[in-house]
Amino acid sequence: MQMRPDPHKVSPAGTQILDAEAIRRALRRIAHEIIEQNADLKSVVLAGIPLRGIEVARRLAEFVREVAKIDIETGTIDVAMHRDDVGTRAELPMVHASKLPLPLEGRTVIIVDDVLFTGRTARAALDAISSFGRPARIQLAALVDRGHRELPIRADYVGKNLPTATREQIQVRLHEIDKEPDAVWLFKE
Amino acid sequence: MSAKWTRKDLLGLRELSADEINFILDTADAFKQVGTREIKKVPALRGKTLINFFVEPSTRTRTSFELAAFRLSADVINISASTSSLTKGETLKDTAKNLEALHADILVLRHSSAGAPQFLAQRLKSSVINAGDGAHEHPTQGLLDIYTIREKRGKIAGLNVAIVGDILFSRVARSNIFGLTKLGAKVTLVGPSTLVPREFEKLGVTVSHKIDNVLPEADVVNLLRIQHERQRKEYFPGIGEYTTLFGLTNERAKHLKPDCLVMHPGPINRGVEIDSEVADGNRSVILDQVTNGLAVRMAVLYLCGGISA
Repeated sequence: MQMRPDPHKVSPAGTQILDAEAIRRALRRIAHEIIEQNADLKSVVLAGIPLRGIEVARRLAEFVREVAKIDIETGTIDVAMHRDDVGTRAELPMVHASKLPLPLEGRTVIIVDDVLFTGRTARAALDAISSFGRPARIQLAALVDRGHRELPIRADYVGKNLPTATREQIQVRLHEIDKEPDAVWLFKE
Repeated sequence: MSAKWTRKDLLGLRELSADEINFILDTADAFKQVGTREIKKVPALRGKTLINFFVEPSTRTRTSFELAAFRLSADVINISASTSSLTKGETLKDTAKNLEALHADILVLRHSSAGAPQFLAQRLKSSVINAGDGAHEHPTQGLLDIYTIREKRGKIAGLNVAIVGDILFSRVARSNIFGLTKLGAKVTLVGPSTLVPREFEKLGVTVSHKIDNVLPEADVVNLLRIQHERQRKEYFPGIGEYTTLFGLTNERAKHLKPDCLVMHPGPINRGVEIDSEVADGNRSVILDQVTNGLAVRMAVLYLCGGISA
């Protein structure tokens, strides 16, 4: 999970990058790409990273069901125990239990998160998945790719490429989790 | 969940809030799941050194902490009273300072004196985890008991929990009392008046000297071991009499609710505080307590050891 500031403490001078309809279109397009790229959709597992990645994965599964009439499995992959910055933070966020359909052998696991930034969360997710088994392939999907990778990692599916400055904040709001309208916001520090 | 963890030490459940206790229990859920993975080890505390410093003997608690540390990829050193320089006259503080000079990140301390972990926590940069101090607290045992109840019954609030036995000398009882009452359970302490004085009612619990009045209403019966090593003759009626008056015998077990949980922190004195058939019966969650102890200790080590001091 990325450390995000409390939205109420960020200056209200945020810019809305995506609204609910744009998010819907972006996720629908990713769903189409997942269908194109994976001939055997039944082998695909969408593994959401808490918290919002889980919701993004759920929505992607819904779009895939709509378009391809196939139920693909979803799961949760928590990365807190696999992060590389444990011991450097003054407070720790909640760890969630990972839940993946086992065994993973022969399956395609698609890691799903809301924002792709440094790549460290995705790296931790790769490690976490490998402790459950050895999938045939692992792919990465993100609603927003804001750049600034610190590791050699790229996404297979991106809803929106968003060039940002490192000092800027990207916040994704999903109504199921945040109890406010779906949106992607950019805040200048 | 917006709550966050900010403590480097775990000294007792008395100073924790209900939210903090729940935070540990929820974290333990995540770590319990690690035990079901193909690779039962996560890198969370890789590169950290944990010292199990047991001035008082213990096998199960030490082993549980040791295994928990292994599963978190920490390096572990075990020191017992007989192998430490405490026997050569070194003070506890000096021994601990030496351990810290070796860059120990986490110190798990079992000590016969109440307050020893707090004493060190205030003086060391390392995380200090209380693994039992005198008759004061044994917070990870309290947490694993509460975790097991929550896992089996789905909640804590409103449950009738009976803790039976040698309460006066029991750190396990104290940690259970603090934790359970904070989470809204109704706790009844049962035992002879010498071992369960009315004083305890100040902690917000009920005291009873008649187990047969308590058993039919209990959702949980937690039997404590009679601690022969701490016992003084004048407190204790004698083993046979204790079993007659307070033992969970087969006969008494018939009066328990069908879904009552029977717990025991171990080691069990079969035939004394509990009959074998009850200890091995379908209400018994004694071995679940052992399994859950590992998850709870992983959570505690991860949280306290993962904080930057």
